[in-house]
Amino acid sequence: MIEARGVGATRGGAEILKGVSLKADLGEILAVIGPTGSGKTTLIRILNLIDRPDGGRILFDGIDVSHDEKARFSARRRMAMVFQKPTIFNASVEKNVSYGLRVRGISGSAAGDRTRSALREVGLFGYEKRWGTSLSGGEAQRVALARALVTDPELILLDEATANLDPRTAEKIEDLIQKMADGGRTVVMATHDLEQARRLADRIGVIIGGELVCMGLPEEIFERPRSEEVARFVRGRPGW
Amino acid sequence: MNPLDEIAAGLVRAVELILALDPAVVEITARSLAIAITSTAIAAILTVPIGGLIHFHNFRGKRAVVNLIQTLYSLPTVTVGLVVFLLLSRSGPLGDLRLLFTPGGMVIGQTILISPIMIGLTIAALSGVGTQVRDTAISLGASRFQAIFTIMADARAAMMAAVLLGFGRALSEVGVAMMIGGNIRGYTRVLTTAIALETSRGDIEFSMALGIILISISLVVNLLINRVQGNWWS
Repeated sequence: MIEARGVGATRGGAEILKGVSLKADLGEILAVIGPTGSGKTTLIRILNLIDRPDGGRILFDGIDVSHDEKARFSARRRMAMVFQKPTIFNASVEKNVSYGLRVRGISGSAAGDRTRSALREVGLFGYEKRWGTSLSGGEAQRVALARALVTDPELILLDEATANLDPRTAEKIEDLIQKMADGGRTVVMATHDLEQARRLADRIGVIIGGELVCMGLPEEIFERPRSEEVARFVRGRPGW
Repeated sequence: MNPLDEIAAGLVRAVELILALDPAVVEITARSLAIAITSTAIAAILTVPIGGLIHFHNFRGKRAVVNLIQTLYSLPTVTVGLVVFLLLSRSGPLGDLRLLFTPGGMVIGQTILISPIMIGLTIAALSGVGTQVRDTAISLGASRFQAIFTIMADARAAMMAAVLLGFGRALSEVGVAMMIGGNIRGYTRVLTTAIALETSRGDIEFSMALGIILISISLVVNLLINRVQGNWWS
C-alpha cells in the first residue's frame, strides 16, 4: 500500500529522519512509536505527501510519489490524515465533514448521506448544524476522524490522534481505528502511547533519534526487544 | 447666545433636518454612500486577489513590498488628491478621460487611497489563518487552488473587516473629494466637503446634521466590523 525507502528529512539544518524504510500493507495497522521529537510526525507528514522527503523515496501502490506533483495529488486523494491537534474549519460540522467530498466534486444528497453516515460512525450523528469551532477537544477530534473517513480512503494516517483526549473518548477512537482496519483500510499511526500501540497494531516500528531502530510484531517489540535502546524505551526506563 | 447654547440649538436643528429628510441632506448622503461604496467595491475586486497573490507566493523582496504597503496605510489624502489631480487634469496623461471634477474621478482617487490598507489587511487576514488549515485541506485531497480558497474562506471575517475599514476611510476622507470632486453642488458635493463648506459659511446646524450622519454611518460600519469578527457589542 505505502512504502518509505531510505527516507531522510532535514528541518532547519537538523537531520530529523535518517534513512527510514518501512512498508504498510493492505488492511494492516502499523504503529510508529518513539519518544517525543523522534521524527514520528515528520514521517507521517511525508507519508501523507504533505511534505517532501529530502532523501529516499515514497511509493504508493508501487508508484514513486516522492516528487511528481500529479502522482502525489492522485495518491493523496486515496488517503486521509488526522492530526494530533485537529484543525476544524470555520464552518458547520456538516461542511467540515463533507469537505473531502466537495473538493472531489461530490455534493447534494450523496454527500449528505455519506456525511451523516460518517458522523454516525464517530458517534456524532445530529451534530451537523453545530459550528465546528464551538466543539470540545474530543468532539473536534471525532469530527476530524469523520472528515477523514467520509471519502472512504484506502490509507489513513493518524498522528497522535488520541493524545489530547480523555480515556473514554480515546477508547471510542481506538474502536474506530480497529473498525477501519477490519473494513480493509490500511492504518499508519504515530503514537507515544505504548499500550495503545500494543492493543491496536499488527506491527510496530520503533523510531528513535530519526532512525527506525526496529520493526516487528507487538510481542517481539515488547517482550523480546532486539536492543538495549528499544528495551529501555518500551519499558519506560528513565532517560526517555 | 453663549457657545454651548449655540451647539445645543444646532444639535436640535440638525436632528430636525435629519428627521424631516431634508432633500439636501438626503442627496449629499446618498451621493457620499454611492461614491464610497463604488470605490470600495472596485478596491475589493482589485486588492483581495493582489493580497492573496502576495501572501501565497514567495518572491524576492516580498518583505519590502509588504513594508511599502504598510507605509502607504497613512497616505495623506491630499497627496493622493494632488497625484490624481495631475493625472486627470487636462494636460495630464489621463486628461482625455475628462474625469476631473466628476464622481468618476472621485472614485478613482478613493480607490487609490484605500487600496494599500485593504491589501495589507487582506495579507494580515490570510497570515492569521495558519499553515494548519492549508495542511488539513491538502491532506483531505484539496488541490492547491482549493486549499487557497479554503484559507480565504476561513479568513473571511477578517477580510470583510478589511473591506469595511476601506469603506470607512473612503467615506470619511476629504482631500480627494475636495481636490478631485471640486465640491460642486448637486454633482460632486459629499458629506465631508459639504461639512467643510457649510462650516466656513457659518451654517453650523446643517454641518452638524451632516456630521451626525457621518458619525452614525461610521458607528454602523464599526458595529458591522465587530459583528463579522464575532464580537457583537463587545
